[in-house]
Amino acid sequence: MAVPRVVSTRFGAGGEKHRHKPEHDRERAAVLNLVRKIIRVGRVTEPHDADPAPLEGVVAATADRLHGSVQVRQVDAGSCNGCEAEFSAAFGPVYDVERFGVRLVASPRHADVLVVTGPVTKNMAEPLVKTFEATPGPKLVIALGDCARNCGVFAGGYGVAGAVADIVPVDIEVPGCPPSPDAIVAALRQIAGR
Amino acid sequence: MVGVALGIAAIAATLAMAAGCVLPERARVVWVGILTAASATAGGVAGIAVLAGSARFTANYPDLLPLGGIRIEFDALSAIFTVAAALVAVPASIYGIGYGLHGPSSRPVQVAYPLLVWSLMMVPAAGNVTGLVVLWELMAISSLILVLAEHQHNPEARTAAQWYAVVTHLSLLAIVVALLILAHGAGGESFAAMRSGAGRLGPGVTSVVFLLALLGFGAKAGVVPVHVWLPRAHPEAPSHVSALMSGAMVKLGIYGVVRVGWDLLGGGPGWWGAVVLIVGLASAMFGILHALLASDLKRLLAYSTTENVGLIFIGIGAAGLFASTGNRPLAAVALAAALLHVINHAAFKGLLFLGAGSIHSATGTRDLDSLGGLARRMPVTAATFAVGALAIAALPPLNGFVSEWLLLQSLVHSLPSKAVAVAVAMPVAVAVVALVGGLVAATFVKAFGTAFLAMPRSVEAEQAHESPRTMQIGLVALAGMCVALALAPTVLAEPLRRATVAVAGLSSGRPIHTNGVYLQLSGIQAGLSPLLLATGLGVMMVVALAVVRRRRVHHTVREIPAWGCGRTLQTARMEYTATSFAEPLQRVFDDVLHPEIDVDVDHRTESRHYIEAIRYRRETRDAFEQRLYLPFLRVLQAWGDGARRVQNGSIHRYLTFSLITLIVVLIAAR
Repeated sequence: MAVPRVVSTRFGAGGEKHRHKPEHDRERAAVLNLVRKIIRVGRVTEPHDADPAPLEGVVAATADRLHGSVQVRQVDAGSCNGCEAEFSAAFGPVYDVERFGVRLVASPRHADVLVVTGPVTKNMAEPLVKTFEATPGPKLVIALGDCARNCGVFAGGYGVAGAVADIVPVDIEVPGCPPSPDAIVAALRQIAGR
Repeated sequence: MVGVALGIAAIAATLAMAAGCVLPERARVVWVGILTAASATAGGVAGIAVLAGSARFTANYPDLLPLGGIRIEFDALSAIFTVAAALVAVPASIYGIGYGLHGPSSRPVQVAYPLLVWSLMMVPAAGNVTGLVVLWELMAISSLILVLAEHQHNPEARTAAQWYAVVTHLSLLAIVVALLILAHGAGGESFAAMRSGAGRLGPGVTSVVFLLALLGFGAKAGVVPVHVWLPRAHPEAPSHVSALMSGAMVKLGIYGVVRVGWDLLGGGPGWWGAVVLIVGLASAMFGILHALLASDLKRLLAYSTTENVGLIFIGIGAAGLFASTGNRPLAAVALAAALLHVINHAAFKGLLFLGAGSIHSATGTRDLDSLGGLARRMPVTAATFAVGALAIAALPPLNGFVSEWLLLQSLVHSLPSKAVAVAVAMPVAVAVVALVGGLVAATFVKAFGTAFLAMPRSVEAEQAHESPRTMQIGLVALAGMCVALALAPTVLAEPLRRATVAVAGLSSGRPIHTNGVYLQLSGIQAGLSPLLLATGLGVMMVVALAVVRRRRVHHTVREIPAWGCGRTLQTARMEYTATSFAEPLQRVFDDVLHPEIDVDVDHRTESRHYIEAIRYRRETRDAFEQRLYLPFLRVLQAWGDGARRVQNGSIHRYLTFSLITLIVVLIAAR
């Protein structure tokens, strides 16, 4: 029978610094590696179509009020993380949606657009509503992926509260399981208008 | 007029002590409070009369005591400190009624309290060495009794009192030696004789007198490295007594340094000022760094007192330095800034200690980490504490701003200077004052935020209730005083001139000109109108509120709760504590403070990848205590142990000692 182990760490004068020394060297090597790689690889960003497809109705009016500067907050409401992988690829060097004026932000307080993924689980329903309320207007909600649109394969699951549209009003839907970064970029460009 | 007021103060204090002796418990507390407040009011009136232009009051009671009797010399410099003491003492005494009814109401406490108040007001009035020493000792002993007030259920109070007793008596020793050397050399022990005869002492002797006085009075003022008693004694005393100790008693150390160094000795070489300046800079930095990390509210306030005394010492030291380079008008400004800060600090630190006392009596704890959410439960305490915190952070339009502004002006405008000492010291001093100002703001954001805002972190804080009416009166009176001093420092321009003129070795002329609204410094292109500043801020606030309200009418406004990361459950354990708030700054100053940090991680029995609990403990030891005092005490202890080995209580050993002594004597006398 093992007894709970107590590990006591004492940060004395300067002790911390010595411990971190090898880590510094490793970090420096990593940075140099990165620089070398950047030089070798060069530019990988895909060329883009001339214009995004136009939006319609109320959504277009709201998007207009953003004047091409779109701050995005992503909410994982119960996703399998497939959509997240594609979504982060959209912000990566190849698809680089940031060149169209779209930015990821760290709080709904800073956001114009909420990107919601996954079926909304019972635990995430209330936080999703709170996030929606905390986002200042004018705002848009994108339901990203099939699960967000209609619960996908999780429909009827015991932990599922419903699709995103059942919880908060959805303005734009991006289909796919998962949607390709191209589709995500296209949807975000519609809002940015460029 | 002045004599009558001082007489009334003495009679009222005596009556208060008698009331504390004979009356039953409840009546005792009430009458001691009322009579002490009356005594302090009378003392304050005497001080204000002198500051307003009455002739200085002198009296001689040669038969009152053996040796020299007691002389009273009550001039404008004395009056500044008496008024500062009265300023805290009146609200503190009223506050003490409510506080005593639920706390320290025992006879010794209620007798010592009026004695402390009276001696605080009278120490600056002493006009000879005997009078000063007797009043000083009355003050020291009465405050010692008050520090011990809660010794029965608080062992910490006993240790604190030990430290306090030892330091205060060693400091008295230094003061007595200094004054006796001075009196002997000058040929008289009255201050008048010392003032006129100080020139007969050699420069070496005057410097020894000055350094001894600086040591003795500096210990009372709580500057480094003789501050160790302060963060121990102030937290343990009842809160209205802490307010008096911090607001008035430590100031008498400052009074002593100014009185002996630049009045009785008439000033000296430039390095006197430089020493005082360096002590002030060190105290300000050291005090505020420890206040920043403290999570005991009263300990935080006590360290902040060391910091503020440091600021006052910076003013005095700078004045000494300027005077020695011949820049007397600037010296007068620096001294006026220091004296104004004496009064201002009395007001806001008194207020903060009374606020801490309200918290303590409502929750039973001073630990910021287990407070929180008191603003809704104790609105009066919260509002007045906020005023005190803003004032101590030197934010306009409160009183701390005016004196720190004056201090910075005098430091900045000393440049460019031909004197090397000034040219080197002043930029450093300005930088330190600026850094300290920032850290004070962080410290009091922490103190106010963790005590009053967010959710309560303990059952005691949750069940807290507002203090009794008398305590609220004390708090509101001092908060009002902070605001009044901020809006009308112009009223103090003339009293400050009288006080600075009384310090012969430093100043001449008029440090601050005023036309009732505007403060204009002499010899410096700088002016300030606190009243207009406050009005401007008020107007801006009203305009901002009006704009917000207008928007509310014309736009639809959504009101939603504060963003809490979408959590459905929000508990007090998720809040910032005082410890965690100070953590980033603690990291910055790690190399200076060397805090001791322990992180204990308990793993689950099943797997060490799962953690049962993590405990974090941080302790910041006082470096001076660790490196200076404790080694010294260990040496004393070892010495004592050695003596115990010789003297172990065995009668046979003593007989042997006698026999050996006898034999030695016989051989020696052969």
